[in-house]
Amino acid sequence: MDGFLHQVFAGLANGCIYGSVALALVMIFQATHHLNFAQGEMATFSTFVAWALIQQGWPYWGAFCATVAVSFLAGLVIQRVILRPVERAPVLTNVNVFIGLLLIFNALSGWLFDHTVKSFPSPFAQESFLKSRFFSAHEMGSFLVMMAVLLALYAFFRFTSLGLAMRAAAQNPDSARLVGIRVSWMLAVGWGLAAAIGAVAGMMVAPVVFLDPNMMAGILLYGFASALLGGVDNPFGAVIGGLIVGVLENLLGAYVIGTELKLTVALVLIVGTLTLMPAGLFGKRLVTRV
Amino acid sequence: MSGAGTVVTAGRRSPLFWLGIAAAVVLLCVLPFLVKNYRVFQFNLVLVYAIAILGLNILTGFNGQISLGHGAFYAVGAYAAAILMDRAGMPYWATLPIAGALCFCFGFLVGFPALRLGGHYLAVATLALALAVPQLLKYKLIEAWTGGVQGIVLNKPEPPFTFRFLGQPFNADRWLYFFTLAVVVLMFWLAWNLLHGRVGRALIAIRDHPIAAGAMGINLPVFKSLTFGVSAAFTGVAGALGANVIAFVSPDSFTVNLSIFLLVGMVVGGLASIPGAFFGAMFIQFVPNIADEISKSAPAAIYGLLLIVLMYLMPTGVMGLVRTLWLRRQEPAVAAAVPASSNAMTKET
Repeated sequence: MDGFLHQVFAGLANGCIYGSVALALVMIFQATHHLNFAQGEMATFSTFVAWALIQQGWPYWGAFCATVAVSFLAGLVIQRVILRPVERAPVLTNVNVFIGLLLIFNALSGWLFDHTVKSFPSPFAQESFLKSRFFSAHEMGSFLVMMAVLLALYAFFRFTSLGLAMRAAAQNPDSARLVGIRVSWMLAVGWGLAAAIGAVAGMMVAPVVFLDPNMMAGILLYGFASALLGGVDNPFGAVIGGLIVGVLENLLGAYVIGTELKLTVALVLIVGTLTLMPAGLFGKRLVTRV
Repeated sequence: MSGAGTVVTAGRRSPLFWLGIAAAVVLLCVLPFLVKNYRVFQFNLVLVYAIAILGLNILTGFNGQISLGHGAFYAVGAYAAAILMDRAGMPYWATLPIAGALCFCFGFLVGFPALRLGGHYLAVATLALALAVPQLLKYKLIEAWTGGVQGIVLNKPEPPFTFRFLGQPFNADRWLYFFTLAVVVLMFWLAWNLLHGRVGRALIAIRDHPIAAGAMGINLPVFKSLTFGVSAAFTGVAGALGANVIAFVSPDSFTVNLSIFLLVGMVVGGLASIPGAFFGAMFIQFVPNIADEISKSAPAAIYGLLLIVLMYLMPTGVMGLVRTLWLRRQEPAVAAAVPASSNAMTKET
């Protein structure tokens, strides 16, 4: 029983990471109806930036905040410069641009920071008050960080006028434009938020999986599975989906199929969700009139 | 759009055209004797990639179903050939139809859930497939066949006869060159016939307007899943050939990068273009060789930049450019008509 509970809690810790990657995906999907294939590589690159800052002697939380800010700006600029011209282009064009971004960020990570596997520090000391029977200090710490991110996002969308404008732009772009909201800029802010959330996820997962340019490939896939399971237009669904996927992955890995087929589990989850329950657990059922 | 292209060329079959074809045939036959062994090996890979890209193009370019996972079908074809030769002792040429048939079934099965997925969702599902395949190939329950992480080492097929020409021996690589070339001709002939008739028009109609296509009596589920199967079969045959050319298969040669490179090759060569596959194949074979000298990461960076730049400036790829330039030189009136229709293709998907 103890072992089982341990697996569940470890799964929840992983699930936080998947949930936050899913949250970043949902940020962009809500506004643009595009799935950002480059999300993982962008997060990896942000984590490399944080690593470089820490190597320069910055304190951890200073580097953390700087990285989040830089990632936000980078996301904003990427949307303005690269994605805006193809905003209304067909899906294949967008997928190609996303794959292009994925390749560029992956190559940049390898080029600037080379391909050796690096260890990334955790801000949470091993033997701190955060450590409990089922959670290591880092697991608990990253869980708390993720919850803080989620609360901050909730507050942002619920209580600020910018958040309200973004919701309006996502829900009804035409009407939002009529009341004077700059819809295209709202998409850019969404991109910035997604990049920032991705950066947080990257910095939280790097101490566990170690830092290298392909760190996020598998995690991104689980992020997709979480986002789709939770309903790809629902931020809270994404986080819940992440937790479910994390626990499921750990339990299946420990008791059923072993760790060798982790990515296959993600494949089955994605295809299963999309075919059997396209709206996910909490998503809106989309009806198109033709 | 491709229909307009055939009308133009069909009226223009001058003796010069046939002379050009003859020159090309002679050049292709002499080419492997003009270069060193390693170059022949690279040419073989170009031909293999051309078939794989053609397969992807049938699905994505002509039918509008986005696949980021064609490396998976390539891997299945390669492993099928390798296992049949290594464990069952089959001759290399007999493995191609079996690999093709197997991939057709596999592709058909993948295409079945794909019916319910459009656009980005299909891209995610196929990307997941591409990421999962190397892991699946390493799985220990099938290790007895697949050889696990080590993979399978094969022998290159020996040429049935041997001679020397221009000072170069007719060895295994050169024999494979001609064998691959024959398969390429066959596959491109099949694809040409498939795509320039009723079926091809149905596929393009489904891509451009599925509802209208359905209203015209095209059976969408059947066509879409069969297209998936045919596309996978082409790529599977390419995989089987690739296993012979490299004489080695291992899970790590079929990572997600392979799928992405095939996509890059397709976009560079030209979406919904049959001859474009050759340009794409040459691109993904030779550009990394050159770019590697700058940095290990340079090929991926160049691919990424090119994908984005092409989407902005030249969405129809090399073949689109060639076609536009050719028509502009030939007849200004046709040139005015064609860019309009080729733009229509990229706008409405």
